[in-house]
Amino acid sequence: MKELALIILSTVLVNNFVLVKFLGLCPFMGVSRKLESALGMASATTFVLTVSAACSYLVDTYLLAPLELEYLRTIAFILVIAAVVQFTEMMVQKVSPLLYQVLGIYLPLITTNCAVLGVALLNVQESHTFVESLVYGFGAATGFSLVLALFAAMRERMAMADVPEPFQGAAIALITAGLMSMAFLGFTGLA
Amino acid sequence: MKRFETSGAPYLQPEASVSQMMTRLLLSLVPAAAVYTWFFGPGLLLNILVASAVGLMAEALVLNLRKRPLKPYLGDGSVLVTAVLFAWCLPPAMPWWITATGMIFAVVFAKHLYGGLGNNPFNPAMAGYVLVLISFPQEMTRWLPMTALASNGPDALQTLWATFTGELGGGLQWDAVTMATPLDYMKTELARLTTMPEIKSHVMFGDFAGRGYEWVGNFIALGGAWMIYKNVIRWHIPVAVIAGVLIPATLAYMVDPGSNGSPGLHLFSGATLLGAFYIATDPVSAATSPRGRLIFGLGVGVITFVVRKWGGYPDGIAFGVLLMNAAAPLIDHFTRPRVYGNEQ
Repeated sequence: MKELALIILSTVLVNNFVLVKFLGLCPFMGVSRKLESALGMASATTFVLTVSAACSYLVDTYLLAPLELEYLRTIAFILVIAAVVQFTEMMVQKVSPLLYQVLGIYLPLITTNCAVLGVALLNVQESHTFVESLVYGFGAATGFSLVLALFAAMRERMAMADVPEPFQGAAIALITAGLMSMAFLGFTGLA
Repeated sequence: MKRFETSGAPYLQPEASVSQMMTRLLLSLVPAAAVYTWFFGPGLLLNILVASAVGLMAEALVLNLRKRPLKPYLGDGSVLVTAVLFAWCLPPAMPWWITATGMIFAVVFAKHLYGGLGNNPFNPAMAGYVLVLISFPQEMTRWLPMTALASNGPDALQTLWATFTGELGGGLQWDAVTMATPLDYMKTELARLTTMPEIKSHVMFGDFAGRGYEWVGNFIALGGAWMIYKNVIRWHIPVAVIAGVLIPATLAYMVDPGSNGSPGLHLFSGATLLGAFYIATDPVSAATSPRGRLIFGLGVGVITFVVRKWGGYPDGIAFGVLLMNAAAPLIDHFTRPRVYGNEQ
């Protein structure tokens, strides 16, 4: 139990996927203009990340490893992630058409979120068990959601700020992300 | 014909202008600065001098680049407040180029790239401080002990020399004249399984926390109380920050007094009081509603305690403030006061 709590703490704060490992920056920059869409993206990514972390573990352990096909790992994981995203999309569309409309284009875009592939590959690299992989994926997704929500709220406020012209838009957003990343260094040594 | 003077709204003039608020804040720090200098030598004043000069120059340069009028922005005192608070966080006798690096980062990146005073999402002084803390870790640990404790410490002239050259003159070595701060000492000794009573028997500790630092803390709290009385700051954030540090500290101390610093030690050590009254209360980068301010302050306090107890740095006020600055817009979003007449 203690290891699992440490994994959560580590992935959410200490080794945050966006601010410390610099993974998943595209949706972090792209879907953070409005808080509402950022929250939708965060919840969809959380679901996909957790499920795909578990699925890619199963594929790796019960399919690739027995057949000695580890060299196909990257491409197999991409396939798994794409399948999970497709499945999520179909399920959301059936279960809650409203949420499907809110998420819109962002749902299929999760396929290209490098944090999702990153989690799957890091799980193999750190030889996590099934439960650990699941928790690792969930923690990474929680950390991603946390900073995405914080960042979106900050950008909404910055939209009103008198930013010098050369720094408007993506430039000031990246500087803000850098400053947030500096702040997250304070968690060094926690886990 | 007699003309009646009219002007546009707002008709109720605010009580204090920006420059008046900044002047009051700086005035309220004078006693604490005097006490600091009395106990620890003139290093703080030199830091303030360097930081103010560099800060004003950086501000003038950016204003010039942005084609803004110099006088109203330079004269409002906000740069001086940033400079004083930033300089206060640095070890005395800091080499000038490190102070300058942090100050330029604070003014140019943390403040003016966001549009200057009133728009900065992060506290500029803390952004500058964290930058130098992670870039110059060795220099940032060179704390001079109380002058009364060190017979071989640098005198005023040597401090001046150290500030401008980075070297101590007169055959002094940094390792010989510097001393760990109480929080730093506590952290390393606790890691070596020394118990708290043994740690506190060290000569650097006074009644609650570090000797000298306690008195600086008292005068900072006094200055903060005066600022609350004068309406420069509101009470919510200071109270919440102190509660955020003290509640977990008291719980931890009650569970295991042998390996946890007492609440008094946490209150008077490091930047707890300076952070609570002067740094976290920055009206621009903090949350705005009363409820939001309480959440903001509690967050700063709790993060500070967590970093002190489990983190890699001896003190966490700067990280707490920056992290809660990042969270402030979201806090504001969820604690927006109900508009009168709207449903609950």
